[in-house]
Amino acid sequence: MNYHILREFADSWVLLAMFVFFVAVIVWVFRPGSRKDYQDVSTSIFRNEDTPAEKEART
Amino acid sequence: MWNYIKLAVLGIAVVLFGLAANYGRDFGYQIHALIFMAAAAITFIYTLRTTGDVKAQPEGYFDGVVRYGVIATAGWGVVGFLVGTFIAFQLAFPSLNFEFLQGHGNFGRLRPLHTSAVIFAFGGNALIASSFYVVQRTSAARLFGGGLGWFVFWGYNLFIVLAATGYVLGVTQSKEYAEPEWYIDLWLTIVWVAYLVTFMGTIFKRKEKHIYVANWFYLSFIVTIAMLHIVNNLVIPVSFLGSRSVMVMSGVQDAMTQWWYGHNAVGFFLTAGFLGMMYYFVPKQAERPVFSYKLSIIHFWALIFLYIWAGPHHLHYTALPDWASTLGMVFSIVLWMPSWGGMINGLMTLSGAWDKLRTDPVIRMMVISVGFYGMSTFEGPMMSIRAVNSLSHYTDWTIGHVHSGALGWNGMITFGALYFLTPRLWNRDRLYSLGLVSWHFWLATIGIVLYAASMWVTGIMEGLMWREVDSQGFLVNAFADTVSAKHPMYVVRAVGGVLYLTGAIIMCYNLIMTVRRSPAKADVPAMAPAE
Repeated sequence: MNYHILREFADSWVLLAMFVFFVAVIVWVFRPGSRKDYQDVSTSIFRNEDTPAEKEART
Repeated sequence: MWNYIKLAVLGIAVVLFGLAANYGRDFGYQIHALIFMAAAAITFIYTLRTTGDVKAQPEGYFDGVVRYGVIATAGWGVVGFLVGTFIAFQLAFPSLNFEFLQGHGNFGRLRPLHTSAVIFAFGGNALIASSFYVVQRTSAARLFGGGLGWFVFWGYNLFIVLAATGYVLGVTQSKEYAEPEWYIDLWLTIVWVAYLVTFMGTIFKRKEKHIYVANWFYLSFIVTIAMLHIVNNLVIPVSFLGSRSVMVMSGVQDAMTQWWYGHNAVGFFLTAGFLGMMYYFVPKQAERPVFSYKLSIIHFWALIFLYIWAGPHHLHYTALPDWASTLGMVFSIVLWMPSWGGMINGLMTLSGAWDKLRTDPVIRMMVISVGFYGMSTFEGPMMSIRAVNSLSHYTDWTIGHVHSGALGWNGMITFGALYFLTPRLWNRDRLYSLGLVSWHFWLATIGIVLYAASMWVTGIMEGLMWREVDSQGFLVNAFADTVSAKHPMYVVRAVGGVLYLTGAIIMCYNLIMTVRRSPAKADVPAMAPAE
């Protein structure tokens, strides 16, 4: 395991893996039905202003 | 039981730090051992006096530590701006490097004090306090870890005190933004792990289904800073009883590690962490959800994937291989996309509520901060281009760029957050005076404009003077020629600093009066103070 092996691994497979991960994130963000989820989470900052929630809102 | 263990550990720590102070090899180390000893002794006495007290089960949100954090942020801010303004005058008028302060109060010693005071003391306390506030509200859960939040706050501020006293006494490993020596670094590592545990623990016990995007930014800031801090501070101490240490890496590897650290300190401390603040406080103050939640997720992943590669642009035309500096330059330019995506997301959150800009000076402050975020993230990638960098590097343009980001983006969003938090944390109906917020806004904005404009002029002038050659190929200007040519701009810069500092002092007055004079919030009778 010297520097050159690591370097070649980094600029081939690791680069590919990171790129695939990034594209997958974008695809995931635009998945069908994401709008409802994101509406819920983006308005979550307007709940529970003064006290913690009693009940679990997680499903 | 837990308290007895704590008392034993603290007692032993007091004795050991006393021994270290006695046998220490240099003065700075001895002073630091005494500071550690005093901190351990105070904690010991406090623990002793509260042992055996019956404690009520804590309820609601853990806001005590956030209140302390707000006070610390405002206080350290004024200290940091004051030192910055003073060293700006030192550059303009060198006789302010007083003879009787030689070795302690000259520019070289005070400059790291200024940078660390504003970045780590002002910015760091703002990040810790706001992250504790935000993670509790968005998780709908009390802060994890009981008193661990207090340890994070006091431990972090002990780190600040050690770092600051160290710079004045000459305890420094001379790495940009990472000056503290090995034992201070170790202490910060412990505090940072506690911070991570507190933050992650709160997210784990959240009552909301989703983790709000601000928490993603805060979390990436905490995790990445831990990684950067450890790798950049790999040193071997010369002695356990002295402050000196030797770097593990040397030469170009050390330089690259330093700027990998340095640039990501900008990317993850001053950008990702403060974006966490933006994604919570801007929608809250505008009373509308963020413009596009999808964009905020893409913003997050793009930012953290790209920023980590941008460091080599600090090392153009050095011993660093060309491919590495090209890589850094390319990734810096690609960063335009997520930065501007984030800026648009922040600004467009106000769509449909632009009228608030006219009536609410706090939202005005947040909006101009997002504007400065956009401007400095445009300027930065431009300066990372090798051809531009050959003109701008080592000149005051760099300092101007840093300050338009730090004063404009980090400073203004923090001021906005402080104006948001203070009435809520002290249960006040509103701020003491919106007029004073407007004063602060204009003083700070004009101060930044004076600062950035004078540094553009002097930076580009200096860069052009350095590279000017005559028909015979000789350099035209001596270094001292550039220094004397810069004098007027240095005075303008210092005046800009005075305006910015004045604004911050007005803010402190306004916040104190908010706590003391503003009417209490009416709808929570249980929390109203007895009168």
